[in-house]
Amino acid sequence: MIASLFYFLAFVSIFLAAMVVFAKNPIHSVLYLILTFFSIAGHYLLLNAQFLALVHIVVYAGAIMVLFLFVIMLLNLNAATEPVKSNMMRFAGAIAGGCLMLVLIAVLSKTNSMQPAHEANTQIGLIKNLGKVLYSEYNLPFEIASILFLIAMIGAVILAKKEPKTSI
Amino acid sequence: MFVVTLLIALYSTYGERKVAAFLQDRIGPNRAGPWGLLQPFADGVKMFTKEEIIPVASNKFLFILGPSIAMICCLMTGVVLPWGSELTLFGRTFYLQAVDLNIGVLYVFAVVSVSVYGIMIGGWASNNKWSLMGAIRGSSQIISYELSMGLSIVALVLMTGSLSFRDIVNQQHGGILHWNFLMQPLSFLIFLICAFAECNRSPFDLPECETELVGGFHTEYSSMKLGFYLFSEYINMFISSAVISALFFGGFNFPGMDWLLETTQSQNIVTLVGVGAYFLKIFFFIFFFMWVRWTIPRFRYDQLMNLGWKGLIPLALINLAAMAVIEMLKHLHTFGF
Repeated sequence: MIASLFYFLAFVSIFLAAMVVFAKNPIHSVLYLILTFFSIAGHYLLLNAQFLALVHIVVYAGAIMVLFLFVIMLLNLNAATEPVKSNMMRFAGAIAGGCLMLVLIAVLSKTNSMQPAHEANTQIGLIKNLGKVLYSEYNLPFEIASILFLIAMIGAVILAKKEPKTSI
Repeated sequence: MFVVTLLIALYSTYGERKVAAFLQDRIGPNRAGPWGLLQPFADGVKMFTKEEIIPVASNKFLFILGPSIAMICCLMTGVVLPWGSELTLFGRTFYLQAVDLNIGVLYVFAVVSVSVYGIMIGGWASNNKWSLMGAIRGSSQIISYELSMGLSIVALVLMTGSLSFRDIVNQQHGGILHWNFLMQPLSFLIFLICAFAECNRSPFDLPECETELVGGFHTEYSSMKLGFYLFSEYINMFISSAVISALFFGGFNFPGMDWLLETTQSQNIVTLVGVGAYFLKIFFFIFFFMWVRWTIPRFRYDQLMNLGWKGLIPLALINLAAMAVIEMLKHLHTFGF
């Protein structure tokens, strides 16, 4: 039951992710990406990580993708305004993507077993356990990640700040 | 539960018009049925029978998807709300709550944050500049106020130590003095203001501001699709009232709960009175929403954004920091002091 659910979800996520790339209209692309995030949240639920699933939806589907959609709606991109890409560009893109795929396939074929690194605790995704682990065992990485966010935020504020007016 | 939600939303439209009439010294709807009580049904029939117009230049699929998302999202939040404590029927104990998620508060947040898409997609798919403006206003307003709303809730969660609605409500057991709005007046105030903004209710109804944007994000909508948008606003109002009552006003707790339990010796009676008390609180807040709508004029858009980013978020952050300090002082003994 769980396995078939997993395969179904995995298929849906990969299909939606492919649609993000293939969709002609940028807005449709973003909408497919949102659906992809929902299916990934479904994977988290399968792993009994409800907190992570909901936070994933709040942060990615609810906040980040809204901003994406926002910008694309404001720019109002469509097929007519899309710059024509030269064949050179397409060729370079295909080579770069192909190289990445080669590396991935090479790495995956070398791995013998797909066992988890250490025995997973199925209750770890529940908010109580997750909070305890995050604030004791992984306190330092957690704090460093928050400082990284703070720096990014300050950078964004500085970039968005208007030039100081010279004249009165 | 859906039926109850829909019925309440239906009569909220009636209530809205009656309250408006009362505040403006008019009579309000009084033709359909006694005191105009059948008016909402008449409106519903009107909505359904009106001509369906889908603009030629619009994106048809997304045009229909918009109101559907708005409607589905606001109906989904009701699942985690605790409508009452336990009820024993035929030897089995029922909890009057569909699911007791241990992260119920977060669930409501997730659904609210997704409901933005209803407005955004609908506004964009209409292929109309007014609609797009309304949609962009609406979504930026909702994501801005979501931040301070979240922060005010985090302060509350710090105190209660749980994200489950049932736990939070149960902790407020024992008289009005234990209700959270007295413990955390600032959180309550911030949450209330944000709830108004999240529901797109006046004084924050900029997305559908008639004087500037024709009809806002639903300018191009007609018939029942428009009905869905308007209706989802009322359902949102009901759900926010329910969330406010549960988080800050004790949910199904009421003064004299223990006394009633002792005198009647029946949990069922207490539960039923509790459900009644909960709905009384909800109705008060729905009335409050309407009261504010017809009392306070609409904000200007820059005022709205200033209030959100420069007023409420710093206030919510200070509130959160203060709560953290207070909680730490309360639990000093666990740190070995």
